[in-house]
Amino acid sequence: MDAVAPAPAVEHGPSLRQRMAARGFDAVTLLIVPAAIFTLLLFVYPFAFGFVLSFEPKAGGDWLANYRRFFSDPFLYKTIANTLWLAIPVTLLNLLLAVPIAFRVRLMRRQRLLTTILVLPITLGTVLVAEGLLNYLGPQGWFNRTLLTFGLISQPLKLVHNYWGVFASLVITGFPFTFLLTLSYVTGIDPALEQAAATLGASAWQRFRHVYLPLLMPGFAITFCLSFVQAFSVFPSAVLLGEPAGVTRVISIAAATAAFEEYDYSMAAAIAMIMGFVQLAIVVAVLASRGLFYRGPASGAKG
Amino acid sequence: MIRDTTLGSKLWAAAIWATVGFFVVNLFAMIATVVTSSFATRWLGTWLPAGWTTRWYSSAWSEFQLWDVLIVTFQVIGAVVFISGALGVTAAYALARRDFPGKRLLVLLFLLPLLIPSMTFGIPLATVLYQTGLAGTFWGVVAANLVPTVPFVILVMIPFIEQIDPKIEAAARVFGANTFKLFIYVLLPLLMPGILAALLLVLVRTIAMFELTFLVAGPTSQTLVVALYYAVFAAGVRAVQSIDAMAVVYMVTTLIWLIIALRFVNPTQIVTRAKQQPAH
Repeated sequence: MDAVAPAPAVEHGPSLRQRMAARGFDAVTLLIVPAAIFTLLLFVYPFAFGFVLSFEPKAGGDWLANYRRFFSDPFLYKTIANTLWLAIPVTLLNLLLAVPIAFRVRLMRRQRLLTTILVLPITLGTVLVAEGLLNYLGPQGWFNRTLLTFGLISQPLKLVHNYWGVFASLVITGFPFTFLLTLSYVTGIDPALEQAAATLGASAWQRFRHVYLPLLMPGFAITFCLSFVQAFSVFPSAVLLGEPAGVTRVISIAAATAAFEEYDYSMAAAIAMIMGFVQLAIVVAVLASRGLFYRGPASGAKG
Repeated sequence: MIRDTTLGSKLWAAAIWATVGFFVVNLFAMIATVVTSSFATRWLGTWLPAGWTTRWYSSAWSEFQLWDVLIVTFQVIGAVVFISGALGVTAAYALARRDFPGKRLLVLLFLLPLLIPSMTFGIPLATVLYQTGLAGTFWGVVAANLVPTVPFVILVMIPFIEQIDPKIEAAARVFGANTFKLFIYVLLPLLMPGILAALLLVLVRTIAMFELTFLVAGPTSQTLVVALYYAVFAAGVRAVQSIDAMAVVYMVTTLIWLIIALRFVNPTQIVTRAKQQPAH
């Protein structure tokens, strides 16, 4: 607010309403209030509540008891490693596949058919993909049957109810997500930059390495983060397609078990907080490394 | 456009298309497996089932009480679409038209529910909803689903509103329109394409929104995707074909809306927020 003392002279100055309007607060700004209250009530408050609740163990004990239990019980703390062991390879694979494909698709005239096909698994959702893959990748499924027919394998591969089932489902739902994000970044770069490099005699690899890659690095970092947090919170496919008591006991399963089987909401909140913290740590690490790369305009402007 | 004609780049292009082809073929084969199985009489150890039947659909319909589940699903989706439209469009209007202290903080607040996976914030949210007694009820499911959809509508609508010239609104004001009339006769018609796109995207996302519904739904407030999850989870109790028939019902429900949505939106918008596509 203005530092002008509200002396009796205030009747000559602008009214409070006018001064607020000058700063951008008027009736129109108030339209934001319902959505803001809604988000505060159903997003910020639950998070804060869960954070506090995680320090109030159900079984009693001191305020860190939940966290101590999590990090002393291998059945619980191993879920972090299990989840990372799934999420990081899947995210890297999706990104490594998405980048060259996006570079190829960017040259296509009719991208819409391909993007529509790729949107299918995202819209169908992880539950349906899990159900489909259970049959398709099963020992009698078409995938194994095709490999057997071509003589590539002598007996069916075990692809469901283990690590690879979850891995496959994360690729099927995660790759389109990563690809469409990557494509939107790749098409956002002015092709004139590449043409300039080509005119100067740069090969395809040099154009990628020295022109596109530096410009795309921030976009790739964000794509990696978004894809990673999605993969890290994998839940339905880890239960249905994986081995929920073994290698694919991911952290979401641990949290859901604590909440709905043990009815220990305090422990569940603690696990959710740990889950959020690990995601945040990875995202911060990736985004911090972004600072090592080029930052600046991605369009070719004449000086 | 640059064309590389070396052998290496041709091989590279072939390898890329082979990868895309492999992915697409597997995707369609997976979907075809579900559809084939739902029409199969008996399908064990052969390429195709021994015979064809449609009886699994009627058995799935009665076993899983699909009619009730579908009604609940559409009620939830209708409520979510309506409320997120009402809350999201008004908030987007304020954010697009006014600049005020704390705006960046608010935008960040609306971004977070979209960036944080639903499983992470869903568990504390479910805890709060269980304590208030809302969990397990219809409105609990609606409230949970609104958490990511309201910010989604806001962020999709901001660019749409920004591109409408404020002079049009000023003109309407000069001719004596009050806020309500301004909204109904001027803004709503101009914003209709944007609102339609945003709400269709919300609809498609809500049908497939598993985690939040799963965390807060009770037996009478399950949506189709959660019912499907429980059916697959308890596989062995029911015939596989019956579950697959239910999966096909779910797929058809989703795909109808996806096809409608794709008439109005770009497929990439389902993943990214409405982003101005560069001119090709």
